[in-house]
Amino acid sequence: MTEPLIRPKRRNPLQRTRNPLGPQGVRSRTAHGLTAAAAEGRFALQVCEDCKTVIYPPRDCCPSCLSVRLPFRDVARGGVLIAETTVQTSTDPYFRERTPWRVGTVKLDAGPLIVAHLHADTQEGRRVRLDLKLDKSGSAVAMALPEKDTPNMADDPHLREMTCDPKFRRVLITDGRSPIGQAMAKAFAEAGASIVFVGIADPWKPFPGLDALRKVAAVEIVPLDLTDTESVTEQAEQNGARIDIVVNTAEHVRAGGIVDRHGMTIVREQIDIRYLGLVRLAQAFGPILRARGADGTNAAAAFVNLLSVHALMNWPAYGSYSAAEAACLSAAQCMRTELRPGGIKVMNVFFGPLETEWFQTVPPPKVAPATLARAVVRGLQQGLEDVFVGDIADDIRARLAVNPKALERELAS
Amino acid sequence: MTVDVLSFARAIAAGQIRVVDLTQTLSPDFPTIVLPPELGQCAPFRMEEVSRYDERGPAWYWNNISLGEHTGTHFDAPIHWISGKDLPNNAVDTIDVAKFVAPAVVIDCSTECAANPDFALTVPFVEAWEARHGKIEPGHWVLLRTDWSKQDFAGYANLRDDGAHTPGPEPAVVKWLVEERDVHGFGTETIGTDLGQGHHFNPPFPAHFYMHGKGRFGLQCLTNLDLLPPKGAVIIAAPLKIKQGSGSPLRVLALLS
Amino acid sequence: MNGRGDMASNTKRKSYDGVVVCLPVTIPYRRYSTNSAHWWLGRALQELTERAKLRLADIDGLAVSSFTLAPDTAVGLTQHFGVSPRWLDHIPFGGASGIVALRRAARAVQAGDADIVACIAGDTNHVDSFRKTLSNFSRFAQDAVYPYGSGGANASFALITKNYMNLYGAKREDFAKICIAQRDNALPIPYAMMKKKLTLDEYMAARPIADPIHLFDCVMPCAGAEAILICREDIAKAQKLPYVRILSTIERHNAFGSDPIQIRGGWAADISDLWSMAGLRPDAVDFVQTYDDYPVIVMMQFEDLGFCKKGEGPDFVRSRTFTNDGSFPHNTSGGQLSVGQAGAGGGLLGMVETVRQLINEPIGAPVRNARIGVVSGFGMINYDRGLSSGAAILARA
Repeated sequence: MTEPLIRPKRRNPLQRTRNPLGPQGVRSRTAHGLTAAAAEGRFALQVCEDCKTVIYPPRDCCPSCLSVRLPFRDVARGGVLIAETTVQTSTDPYFRERTPWRVGTVKLDAGPLIVAHLHADTQEGRRVRLDLKLDKSGSAVAMALPEKDTPNMADDPHLREMTCDPKFRRVLITDGRSPIGQAMAKAFAEAGASIVFVGIADPWKPFPGLDALRKVAAVEIVPLDLTDTESVTEQAEQNGARIDIVVNTAEHVRAGGIVDRHGMTIVREQIDIRYLGLVRLAQAFGPILRARGADGTNAAAAFVNLLSVHALMNWPAYGSYSAAEAACLSAAQCMRTELRPGGIKVMNVFFGPLETEWFQTVPPPKVAPATLARAVVRGLQQGLEDVFVGDIADDIRARLAVNPKALERELAS
Repeated sequence: MTVDVLSFARAIAAGQIRVVDLTQTLSPDFPTIVLPPELGQCAPFRMEEVSRYDERGPAWYWNNISLGEHTGTHFDAPIHWISGKDLPNNAVDTIDVAKFVAPAVVIDCSTECAANPDFALTVPFVEAWEARHGKIEPGHWVLLRTDWSKQDFAGYANLRDDGAHTPGPEPAVVKWLVEERDVHGFGTETIGTDLGQGHHFNPPFPAHFYMHGKGRFGLQCLTNLDLLPPKGAVIIAAPLKIKQGSGSPLRVLALLS
Repeated sequence: MNGRGDMASNTKRKSYDGVVVCLPVTIPYRRYSTNSAHWWLGRALQELTERAKLRLADIDGLAVSSFTLAPDTAVGLTQHFGVSPRWLDHIPFGGASGIVALRRAARAVQAGDADIVACIAGDTNHVDSFRKTLSNFSRFAQDAVYPYGSGGANASFALITKNYMNLYGAKREDFAKICIAQRDNALPIPYAMMKKKLTLDEYMAARPIADPIHLFDCVMPCAGAEAILICREDIAKAQKLPYVRILSTIERHNAFGSDPIQIRGGWAADISDLWSMAGLRPDAVDFVQTYDDYPVIVMMQFEDLGFCKKGEGPDFVRSRTFTNDGSFPHNTSGGQLSVGQAGAGGGLLGMVETVRQLINEPIGAPVRNARIGVVSGFGMINYDRGLSSGAAILARA
């Protein structure tokens, strides 16, 4: 049985901080089909289009019929753990300092044999569920979990290496002024975060929800203005070393396009708050997050971007908003590479219109702040990189995968 | 009378003429005016370091700054308001530069404002001031001392559910100052020359409406007015020469004999 | 299932008449070496030519196996060594390379494509060679094994060992018996990495590597080289080189892919061929060199080479003795487990020892009346099982 995680003691400030390491992340191009599935929390393997054989390890020719048509499809996760071993020593520095490390061979119901990491609650000879997870190198690995959830399952040390569980971690919600930020603060407090820093800009401007925020025990309100470089730098200097997850809740939503808009002030604000704000956060918090990626139970773990799904395809009715979101998406992709040496995950959470004031005239379905917050927490608990929340986001993604040009035209109406 | 500017300069250097800074420091956390979110907003003051004796510039330190014409301690030109839009020489680059130096009277209502953030300056209040200190001469700045600049930023902005609650003049007194006393302009410590709730007046924002409508000027976010005498200070307030500018942040100095 | 399709069912395998194996060469092993694989292989080639009293130019065939030769392959060596062979092969099958080299070279000599083939296998061992070899051993290892604990082959064979123990009741004590006997056989070998007797207590108390594999189940990687000469029988006679005959060989890759975990190697697919081609039964054999990367694979070879049935490996081990003077002389120079694994050299180690015993020039203890020897090769754990296997039966001339 997994021992429940113990709230970590205060760090000894004279102790050297462990450097983050990662397992080998090199994979063939085809194997990154697993990475794509793991990023979204899917379990997908290659299934031969011609003879339907389910294939593993990933490859370029079907071992039954030599077909080269081997797309990745979702398959059943169940199987049996037929043999296990505990690696006691390794030449790889990452695993060397993490032994003993259990791995085993799982015979999947769907057919193939998969060498997988083993959750402590799995047993040789018993059934397991397989998950695809992103390890600290950012590449996908298979992890066998017990067939049914067990108590404290998320606290298994091997599994916690693959996830960004907020439990006992310190979180920064960058903007607590909005319903999104407030729902996020509440959700993280409920997920067991030990401190939820909530950034507020222009504290001389009152806002609804401040009292409710103050009532949440884990919340600590801090000054943070994403349009002010010095403010962001100062917050990182003061609290950066005890922030493990940054959730960027800053938003700037305005209807209107590019051509049919009078003046630059709205777009400038949008870029300043969304894109430049993100860059400021990245420069201020990125290095300290990266340095603390292996710093114990509450090591730094993740940077979360909340992005309109229209970062992927512009919605002209909210055209300048979409463009600013697209800039943030590109920046986030860059950050992913830059933060990976620290084992820090950059999680992008995509959503359609929200149930918030600036989407007032948009018809449903829309995403409620509490729903978005729960999806963010869940995504971190599972160690995902790309999360789509709500029906519109799923719809846009599905259409984009089939025919982006058609989607471009459809969003114009 | 002949006036010797060199003697004037020597007197300042020797401290015989005192220079008082009436300007708030331009910094990112200083409040700006907040308009309804659908409208364009005034840019707050922001600084981006270009280099600081480092790889971006080894021997020098400098910043790029961004701000609005009405950020921090600033000057309002007549072109700023619809009532002054067609007057000649109404922008900061076309105002006669001699007008950037003018005497000032300081009307103290700090006690009243401490008790009531919505204090409105009235004609009777000014007449009572004149009874003590003498008539307001033509061509003077009227500076409203509220001690509002001593507040923390939350109290300074004093935003509530129905907007800002900060002191200012009622319509009648502005009209009277322009028409009966030929004032140079109106200056305040608050964000804006008008009352925080000035949008409810008729006309709305009367300080802007009447002052700029008659080609007079505004000064806002002043500080240290409590160091000035009721009469006798000379104000230097020269805005930046922005092409067709509606105003600008500036250094406001008071000279005292 | 013997692995042959309908097409091949009636083809009789051609004998190895006219071609012989001679000149067993070992360049003494060292734990670490700053020299390159080229250096080790070149020394093996030089010793072959010296002892054969041949000029380098007389060698017209070359088969090379090495893991640390990159970025070179065999062709780079031709210019490096100054040889101009008319037959060249680079054989990257790890522990099966020796058997495969023998098969390729022997047919080339029989066909007249080459007259004198030097088969050389060896590797250097820098301090980071082992780690670097593990981390990009194969595409499947890179994608689907190394990221899982990076335990290397030890972890992969631990799974195979665990499964075999679960299925067939093999115990650690059974594996110990194999290792202890091999260690005894290695004591007279001056360049062996392991220099002391091994006791059961030491074996059982050894440091765990990847459960159930412990320290003395693992070979010690080292630098070294092994070599043999394969040539026309008349040439061996003319150079007055003692030689041995090839009675039969088999080879198989990626056999039994549907076994969930490897319980048998490719030999089981073709084993009847090995014996029928030689015209012998297993009880005619005087000694056996198995490929001993891990004791569990040794036990599998006892079964798959036909000395007992599948699953009878533990009983077989319990009822035999494996020293050179025992009831079943096995890995008579100590095998890799005692002498060390000089990379690809391990694929020729068994064959070199077989030839030494059969021409009566062993470095260690001789096997009495050694006339027939079986040598086996295995290797290339591409994903979760050793893909390549081969075996040969050699006989005193």
